[in-house]
Amino acid sequence: MFNPSKIVGLPVSRVDGPLKVSGKAPYAAEHYEPGMLHGVVVLSTIASGKIRSIDTAMAEAFPGVIKIYTHENRPSAAWWDSKWQDSVAPPGSPFRPLEKPHVQFDGQPVAFVVAETFEAARDAASLVTVAYKEDKPETKLADVYAKSYEPKKKRSGIQPPPKPRGSPEEAFSGAAHKVSAEYVMEGEHHNPMEMFATTVLWENDKQLTVHDKTQGSQASRDYICNIFGLDPENVIVKNAYVGGAFGQGLRPKHQLFLAVMASLDLKRSVKVEMSRQEMFGLTWRPSSMQTVSLAADETGMLQSVMHHAVEATSRYEDYQETVVNWSGLAYKCDNAKLTYELAQVDMSTPGDMRAPGAATGVLALESAMDELASEIGMDPLELRVKNFIHFDQNDDKQLTSKALHACYREGSEAFGWDRRSAAPRSMRDGHDLVGWGMATGFWEAGMAQAEAKVRYAIDGKVTVSAAATDIGTGTYTILAQLGAEAFDVPIEAVHVAIADSSLPTTGVEGGSWTAASTGSAVQIAAEAVKATLLDMAQDMDNSPLADARPEEVVIRDGRLVLDVNSQVGIALSDILASKDLSSVEEPGKAGPDMMQMRKFVSYTHSAVFVEVKIDEQLGVLRVTRVVSAIGAGRILNPKTARSQILGGIVMGIGMALHEESMIDHRTGRIMNHNLAEYHVPAHADIADLQVIFVEEHDDKASPIGVKGLGEIGIVGVAAAVANAIYHATGTRFRHFPITIDKILESELTH
Amino acid sequence: MLHADSERSGIPIVITLNGKQERLEVAPWVTLLDLLRGPMELPGTKKGCDHGQCGACTVLIDGQRMNACLKLAVTLDGAEITTIEGLGQPDKLHPLQQAFVDHDAYQCGYCTPGQICSAAGLLNEGHAQSRAEIRELMSGNLCRCGAYTNIADAIEQVMGQSSGERPDRNAPNKAFPGKGFKEAAE
Repeated sequence: MFNPSKIVGLPVSRVDGPLKVSGKAPYAAEHYEPGMLHGVVVLSTIASGKIRSIDTAMAEAFPGVIKIYTHENRPSAAWWDSKWQDSVAPPGSPFRPLEKPHVQFDGQPVAFVVAETFEAARDAASLVTVAYKEDKPETKLADVYAKSYEPKKKRSGIQPPPKPRGSPEEAFSGAAHKVSAEYVMEGEHHNPMEMFATTVLWENDKQLTVHDKTQGSQASRDYICNIFGLDPENVIVKNAYVGGAFGQGLRPKHQLFLAVMASLDLKRSVKVEMSRQEMFGLTWRPSSMQTVSLAADETGMLQSVMHHAVEATSRYEDYQETVVNWSGLAYKCDNAKLTYELAQVDMSTPGDMRAPGAATGVLALESAMDELASEIGMDPLELRVKNFIHFDQNDDKQLTSKALHACYREGSEAFGWDRRSAAPRSMRDGHDLVGWGMATGFWEAGMAQAEAKVRYAIDGKVTVSAAATDIGTGTYTILAQLGAEAFDVPIEAVHVAIADSSLPTTGVEGGSWTAASTGSAVQIAAEAVKATLLDMAQDMDNSPLADARPEEVVIRDGRLVLDVNSQVGIALSDILASKDLSSVEEPGKAGPDMMQMRKFVSYTHSAVFVEVKIDEQLGVLRVTRVVSAIGAGRILNPKTARSQILGGIVMGIGMALHEESMIDHRTGRIMNHNLAEYHVPAHADIADLQVIFVEEHDDKASPIGVKGLGEIGIVGVAAAVANAIYHATGTRFRHFPITIDKILESELTH
Repeated sequence: MLHADSERSGIPIVITLNGKQERLEVAPWVTLLDLLRGPMELPGTKKGCDHGQCGACTVLIDGQRMNACLKLAVTLDGAEITTIEGLGQPDKLHPLQQAFVDHDAYQCGYCTPGQICSAAGLLNEGHAQSRAEIRELMSGNLCRCGAYTNIADAIEQVMGQSSGERPDRNAPNKAFPGKGFKEAAE
C-alpha cells in the first residue's frame, strides 16, 4: 500500500523555515491596506455584575476615532444560540460580545473603539468610563466544590466516564496496600506568543477576506457566516501562519466577531489585535480538584482504581474534557469507579489546552501511582510494568498498538533509572538534593474527516491542498514530504496550499489529528492521481502499461513504471500530453474506520523520566534532565516530531512548577495577566531534554500509520516532576504548580 | 515623508533602518515596535506583550539588543536599527537564521525573529562562554512552543563557528559566578 519512505520519515527541515526566520511569514495582524481602521477593546474591570452606564463622550471626541461600540449601539447579529456555536462549542450559550449589559467574567469586552490608527484607538479606549453594579463573584473552585454536578448535556466528541466495573469500594477496603489523596491544580492560560488578531479586508457588503488567528479557517468562516448571515461562498478566512495556539485557537474569539462587525458596519477594512491582558479573558485550562484512591495486593497488582474529578466551568457553558477515563484504561484493574463533575465559577468558559483532560487527569493518576509504589515499597517503574495491559477495559476494546514496554525500557536505559536509590532524600549533589521520578503518559490517537486535493502538473510540480492549519506543528512540511514521495519529486517541487477556508474541508487543527487525517487524505488523493494517470496511459496506443494494475505501478523519475521493472513505463509528461492536459488533479478523503472502531481503539503512550535538583537551604528547584520515550506509531518527520515532544515537555514543566492564573477571589479578577507574572518556562529553566521515538508499527490507527504527536509530549510530565520532587525531599506536593513558596513552607531541611 | 500617526504627527527623526536612511515624522507616543509593524510595514518584529516581558520584539539598536516595544520612536533620532528583515533574506540567510532552520529552533515561528536578533546581540556582547550562559542570557526571550534546547543548539553552533570552537557545556557560569549551573553527569 504505502511505499516505504525515501523522504517521508527523514528529518527534513521545515519548508516554511526560511520565511519564519527572516520575518517574512505573515501572521494574522500582518496584512496591510491603505486606510485600514484599527480596533481596540475595552475590558470589564469586574468579574460579575451589570454595566449601569458607559460614558464614551471623551473617547469619541479623541482625534482619529471613527466609532465606539457598546451593548447600547452594537449592530444586530444572530439571535439563536445555535448560530453562535462553533465547531467545538460545549453545551450552553456561547458568549456574545457587546450584546447585554451583564458581565460574566473579568476582562469581558464592554466597549470597542475603532479609529484611524492603533495609537488613537488605544488612547481613546483608555478614556471610556464604565459604571458597574457589582455582584460578589465566586471564582475559587474549593468554594463551589460542594455545588458540583454531572453535566446533563454531554459535549460532542468527549466520552463521559465509563460505568463502574467490579466492586471498587470493597476491593479497596480489603486490599493490602492503599493510598487515597486529593490533587489540586490551579487554572492555566495558554499564552501563545502571538496574541489573537484579525484583519478583515472589506471588498463589499457581502465579500470579505479575513486573516484570523485560528486553528481552523473553516470554523472561523462558518462562525461569522452564521452570525452575520453571510454566504460562505463570499467569505474567505485565511490563517497562513499561526503564532502558537495550543487549543486556545480552536474556538473563534471576540476579536473576530468585532473586526467583522465593524468592517460590515463601517464598510472599511479593520484590524484588531488583542493585548496580552485581553488574552486572560479567554479560554483557559480549568482549575481542578481530584481524588484518586488506588489499592494493590501484596505483590503490587492493582485491586481498585477510583478517580473523582471536579473541574471549573463558566456560568454559561458546560465545558467538558476527558479527565478520569485514563485511570480506567492505563493499567489492568477489574474494579474501577470513575466520576467527573463540573462546578460553576464567574470566569470565562474554560477550553481545550494541550492534551485537554489527560494533562489534568494523568497528573493525579500518575502521582497516586507513585504514592502507591512508596506504600508498597516497590520501584515506581516496576509497579507500572507489573500492571501493564494491552487492552482497553473501559470500552472492552482491543488496542491498535501499544509499544509502552519499549518506552519504559528505552527511556529508563537512556535515563539510567537502574542507578536510582529507592529511599527519598538518598541522592545528593553537593548542596542539592537530587530526585528521580517517572510517569506514564496517554493520549488518544484519533482521526477526523478530512479532504484534500493533489495535482500533478506537466512541469513536474505537485500541489497539495487542504484547509488544514500549521500552528507550528509542521503541517506544511509533512504534507510536502508526502507529496514529494508520492510523485518521486524533490520537496522543493511541492507547493502546499493550506490555511484557506476555500480549500478542501478539514476539521480544526487539534487533538493531534492533523497528520493522521489530512496526511491520509493527501496520500489517498495522490493514489487517485496515479490511478488516473494509469487510466490515461492505458488509453495510449501500444501502451507498455496496458495490462498493469494500479498496485503494480509506481512513479519514478518522472515516469509511471512497473514497480518490478522501471524500464517498462511512460513519461508522465507524455501521458498528460496524450490527453492535451497540462495537469491532473484528484480529490482524496479520509476518516475514521467505523467498522474497525467497534473492535479497536487507539492511543499514544509515553514514559517520562525526570531529574530534579533542589538546593536544600534555599529551596531553589531545577529540572536538570528529562527523558521522554514516545510510542506514537509512524513518525513522518523525526525533526519536527521531536520538537513537538520537546514543547510538550517544556509546557509540562511549566504545569508542574510555574503556571498559574492567580485570581484575587475577593474581586474575581486575574492578578497576573501578563507574561512577567504569569510564569512560563524560560531558557534558564530548561536544561537537558531527550526524546526517544520507539518503534511502533500500527496499520489500524490511520491509513498512513500515524498516531499524532501534538498532545502526548505534555502528558505525565508534571507528575514525573512531582514524583522526582518527592524522591528528592520526602515531601508530597499535591497542589500544582509546586512553586518555591510551597517548597519553603515544607520541612525541606528536616 | 511618512506619518506614523496621521492626526497629530510631527516630530522629525532620521534613522538608519536595515542599512537605509529613513526620514520620518512620528508622533511622540509611537513606539518603535508600532512604527515598524504599522506604517513601516515591517512585521518581522513581533508583538507578544507590548510590556518588555517576552522579547518577541527584540531588534538591534546600534548593535545592542533592545525590546522595540519599550523604545519610543522619537528617541531614536540618528540611531542605526537592524530588524530581522535586515539580518538576512529567505534566499540569503544570516548564519543564525540558517542555524535556526537546521536545528528546528522554532515551531510556530512567532518568537523566532526576536530570538535571532537577541542571539545576534548576545554574540556582539561576547559574554556567553558556555551553554549555561547562553541559557541565562537568552532568558529575556520567551518561547511558548518550548524550542529552548534547539535554540541553544543553534546559537552554540554559530558561536563555535565564529570563535573556532564550541563552548564548553560544563564550564562554570561566569555571568553568575556564585551559582554554577552544573549539568547532570552523563
